[in-house]
Amino acid sequence: MSTDQSQRSIRCLVAKVGLDGHDRGAHVIARAFRDAGFEVIYSGLHKAPDEIVQAAVQEDVNVLGISILSGAHNTLVPKIIEGLKEYDAFEDTLILVGGVIPDDDKAELKALGVAEVFGPGTPMEETVEYVRQNAPER
Amino acid sequence: MSESAALLDDLLAGKHRALARVITKIENRDPGYRELVSGLYEHTGNAEVIGITGSPGAGKSTLVDKLAEHYREQGETVGVVAIDPSSPYTGGAVLGDRIRMASNVGDMDVFFRSMSARGNLGGLSTATADAVKAMDAFGKDKVIIETVGAGQNEIDIVGAADTVTVLVPPGAGDNVQMLKAGILEIADIFVVNKADMDGADRTVQELTEMVHLGQGSTTVDAGHHGFDEVEMDLEMPADTDPWKPPIVETVATDGEGVVDLVETFAEHRAFLESSGELTRRRRQRVAEEIRTLLRDDAAGLVADELEDSGGVGAFVDGVMSGDTDPYTIADDVMAPIRDCVEDQ
Repeated sequence: MSTDQSQRSIRCLVAKVGLDGHDRGAHVIARAFRDAGFEVIYSGLHKAPDEIVQAAVQEDVNVLGISILSGAHNTLVPKIIEGLKEYDAFEDTLILVGGVIPDDDKAELKALGVAEVFGPGTPMEETVEYVRQNAPER
Repeated sequence: MSESAALLDDLLAGKHRALARVITKIENRDPGYRELVSGLYEHTGNAEVIGITGSPGAGKSTLVDKLAEHYREQGETVGVVAIDPSSPYTGGAVLGDRIRMASNVGDMDVFFRSMSARGNLGGLSTATADAVKAMDAFGKDKVIIETVGAGQNEIDIVGAADTVTVLVPPGAGDNVQMLKAGILEIADIFVVNKADMDGADRTVQELTEMVHLGQGSTTVDAGHHGFDEVEMDLEMPADTDPWKPPIVETVATDGEGVVDLVETFAEHRAFLESSGELTRRRRQRVAEEIRTLLRDDAAGLVADELEDSGGVGAFVDGVMSGDTDPYTIADDVMAPIRDCVEDQ
């Protein structure tokens, strides 16, 4: 019956965290996600980790994409993950990181619970497809 | 305990995650969402629901941020539902209202939820009213609904909010625009935002004139906020002065006029309660909700019936080959349903 038909949509928070004013990449991703049919919430620039946590929890996003180009990922990402755990939002949120991340740090971020790290030059289709395949159900 | 019941308990216990998840289920029309909303119902009715509408870029989000900040300073909790349009091509959306919520970052007692209109054209999404119920049941004192940037006819907000606020930016048009039917008719309160800009005085003056012209005819006439059938049993007492939409000037970016606006909200609230208008509006809302549910259910039954009769494809073939026409087909498909109704 039509009324029982679920109308799921993948919701993504595209987040800029910390003192990093480079938002071109975040804008491109937001647009690509929109065109892929996702609902994208963009955080705006210079957000603190607890603001990102607040947004991710309240918006109940399936996917949290953190864009960091400042090099502060080892400090900021763990804070966000801690915050998500505090609100029971860590387990069912797909956490992605985009930006310039050294290989050693990549492994560390993944050990913390980041699902994937996308560096510069990643084809957009790859990221979109990854989200489609891995976004947790609601 | 079923999943829905557990979720409902968590929501009523004040868990933010549960509120967020309930709204998601409502939005997705997930199996079981009806059970959820029906469970929410008895806990609703305590929040004041304020609607904010107006054209894109009028300053709705910034004003909502300042309003939330003000209410928080007074110790009240706030829920916000902000709707942005969805793509007609992909269904995707960029929901950007949250960026303006700069005054309330890190404050979990402002629960801000962005929503895509998901193809709905009235300025809200189908799920908005139910999401408001979830916030109401959660215990929010104030719930603010921010519509899609509205043009002239996005008026669904009337059916969802107790107090409808229409933002009119300076230079919004001449007095003929003000005569037009649609969004300007639904305002309980007008806000001329960006009041420091050129043309603000003139806009205030034109709105004042428009409100004045409307006095004695349509302002709080029962049909004014109606959708179809109007309930006459709660007619306003004759000795109550009708509500005359006030015009408040604000500069949302620096918070100017926000205190005035909040006071005006309180006045309107007092009017709603003393005149019986609140009850009348809520009754109308419930009536409309029942009708909508029934309409959806009936549409679902018809879709099932169509499927049982072989699907729409075969009927289209019949029309294309000239054997029949859409009207005859509609009559035939509806026949069993009509029989059931007539048998009762």
